[in-house]
Amino acid sequence: MSEERVLLAHGDGGELMGELIERIFVSRLGTGEPPGDDSARIGLWQEASSCRTGARLVFTTDAFVVDPIFFPGGDIGKLAVCGTVNDLAAAGARPVALSASFILEEGLLISDLERIVDSMGAAAEEAGVRVICGDTKVVPRGSADRVYITTSGVGEVPEGVEVSGSGARAGDVVLVSGPMGDHGLAVLSRREGLEFESEIVSDCAPLAGMVEGLLEAATGVRVLRDPTRGGLATALNEIARQSQVAIEIEESAVPVRESVAAACEMLGLDPLYAANEGKMIVVVAEEGAEVALETLRAHPLGAEAAAVGRVDEAREGRVLLKTALGTLRILDRHVGGEMPRIC
Amino acid sequence: MCLAVPMKVIEMEGPVARVEEAGVSREVRVDLVEGVKVGDYVIVHAGIAIERLEPEEAKETLRLFEEMFPEGAESSR
Amino acid sequence: MRDLGELRDPELLRRLAARLKGMAAPSAALMEVCGTHTVAIARHGIREALPKGVRLISGPGCPVCVTPQEEIDFFIALGGVEGVRLATFGDMVRVPGTEKSLEQARAEGAEVLVVYSPMDAVAAAEREPEKEVVFFGIGFETTAPAVALAILEAKGRGLRNFSVLCAHKLIPPAMMALLDSEVRIDGFICPGHVSVIIGGDAYRPVAERGKPCVVTGFEPADVLGAVRMLLEQIAEGRSEVEVEYSRAVRPEGNRKAQELMGEVFEVADAGWRGLGEIPASGYELREEFGGFDAARKFAVEAPEAVEPPGCRCGDVLRGVIEPRECPLFGEACTPRKPVGACMVSSEGACQAWYRYRGQEMDQ
Repeated sequence: MSEERVLLAHGDGGELMGELIERIFVSRLGTGEPPGDDSARIGLWQEASSCRTGARLVFTTDAFVVDPIFFPGGDIGKLAVCGTVNDLAAAGARPVALSASFILEEGLLISDLERIVDSMGAAAEEAGVRVICGDTKVVPRGSADRVYITTSGVGEVPEGVEVSGSGARAGDVVLVSGPMGDHGLAVLSRREGLEFESEIVSDCAPLAGMVEGLLEAATGVRVLRDPTRGGLATALNEIARQSQVAIEIEESAVPVRESVAAACEMLGLDPLYAANEGKMIVVVAEEGAEVALETLRAHPLGAEAAAVGRVDEAREGRVLLKTALGTLRILDRHVGGEMPRIC
Repeated sequence: MCLAVPMKVIEMEGPVARVEEAGVSREVRVDLVEGVKVGDYVIVHAGIAIERLEPEEAKETLRLFEEMFPEGAESSR
Repeated sequence: MRDLGELRDPELLRRLAARLKGMAAPSAALMEVCGTHTVAIARHGIREALPKGVRLISGPGCPVCVTPQEEIDFFIALGGVEGVRLATFGDMVRVPGTEKSLEQARAEGAEVLVVYSPMDAVAAAEREPEKEVVFFGIGFETTAPAVALAILEAKGRGLRNFSVLCAHKLIPPAMMALLDSEVRIDGFICPGHVSVIIGGDAYRPVAERGKPCVVTGFEPADVLGAVRMLLEQIAEGRSEVEVEYSRAVRPEGNRKAQELMGEVFEVADAGWRGLGEIPASGYELREEFGGFDAARKFAVEAPEAVEPPGCRCGDVLRGVIEPRECPLFGEACTPRKPVGACMVSSEGACQAWYRYRGQEMDQ
């Protein structure tokens, strides 16, 4: 049984599919027990005698179609796990379980699939979560671009934790957990027609641990948001709108790696709109800001955290940028596919 | 339509050079710049080096600004 | 580059901005003719640092915006030809043709490859000999040499499946044409990288018509410095060509690049959106490069070019109105749902005004 490529037959529910699931998925993601029911039970209450009445359930889902599927610093599998874990973390939740569904294009190299699933297993372990159920489909060559992954995640928000997009208040401080734009540019560096060499590596990482530490140590954390597609600018605009506040940030305060800045210049892009997959925006009450920043910086994934701005009352729903000149302008959300420019 | 960035030549072979800035590097054509050599800074547009950048001149520009906008001369605003 | 880092020092920038704003300056309308300047000015809020009475106008400096509808329609129509793979700079992808944009054509099945360099398009042609790669040659004198080089490269490699739809335009003829229009222009911020190629001397005819010209770089410090130089010329009644961007621009420009362009292209009359036909303002491929000329190689049905109703891109491109004076601006026409090229293009004046607006302009 050494088929090198995914065949349509792998998706038809028969023995070949069973073998594929066992060999590729269960061996890497499972507990060692054979898959049984189509759904999995999740225990939220660890002991029968205690009742976590304050705990709330959070549920999220995401599809991943990144091209190319392997990029510096990660792959579609790692992205799928981290993306969903980070959505849960942004809700203040501890990730409890993930599901993963795969749509495979006929002809996909099995070795590529193994590499991707290995990567998912490693990311899940780092995040302290397991993939407990999933699905596999195979479509004819040409009907999909190698592999698409959909992950859903369930998380538990501890009692007392209240973070939401509408929680920002005037006077709050806006932090980012590290430099912006790594993931977006890492992926672009491998895109056909744009290839360039760089040290830029995707920041793809699971942030649940960092967030848990933050919520334990700091008071007044009101908003958490992972700035993925559309970058920091778009995420801040979402927060400003949801919370009905204005946010003002300082361009020179936003950390951006030199290499990312150079690549953006070369391609005519703005790092404020480039995707991140291992960063958190933290909006925290002023009195908790210093501790929050220290806590982030003490964590390996937040070592370069920085304060970038403040929340204001005026001009609800607006994000303003103070330029290097000291002039103020509006920072809009992302509009269309920001294509590398020549102009 | 003038997006072009200064980058340093780190390798050269015939009309192709590898240019680098802050760890980002790319191959570009240097046919348009006479006598370019490793260590030179060139301005890169659309994958082509269009001119050598003179670091001395960058200093000149800074000096020009110092003259035009002297430090200490307070403005009325 | 360390000295460039110094040019970006926020302390320096704040000082330059404050000094400029405090300058006793004549009232003046200064025009830039380069999309990259349009964006740099908007992005860094340069307008907020101008002395009272000084206006910065945007001219026809966005290569995507000035490319006439017919040329865009023709290129998009080529995407419908069997075996053709269109290659383009990213800037063109969302620009609306009369019927659809490249983006929409791609959704309908056209093959569209976004490239950073015309050389990447040549490489694509070499990789896939069964495809006809057609590259959209837009841009001014900064980009034309790169396209010329790509054509020579394709010729040298013996490729038969690479061609260019040549739509290059030349800046100085457009500037001269603007001098005869009704728009008040007291001086020009000249495009730094076009000038790298054509040289500072190329603007002498404009200066001789009484308009100061300063060849300007793209750092905010460059623009602030250039505005100061222009205002000083105006105050002193001079009209000369000065080069602020001396670290890259020579009076004679880049001779090698000029030779290369001359080898592959010949000057021809060209149509500009908004400015109409301007004599000797564009490039065509020379006869001997006919095999690489998409206009000669292919015959396609392009729709009758129609400007979107109500769109005033033409007037914006000539500097007759500011983007916010267009009745569609910010309401019917936004970056999210753009009507005309000036709002779609990332270097268009309308998009720059909208995206980087100051607070007082907020809708």
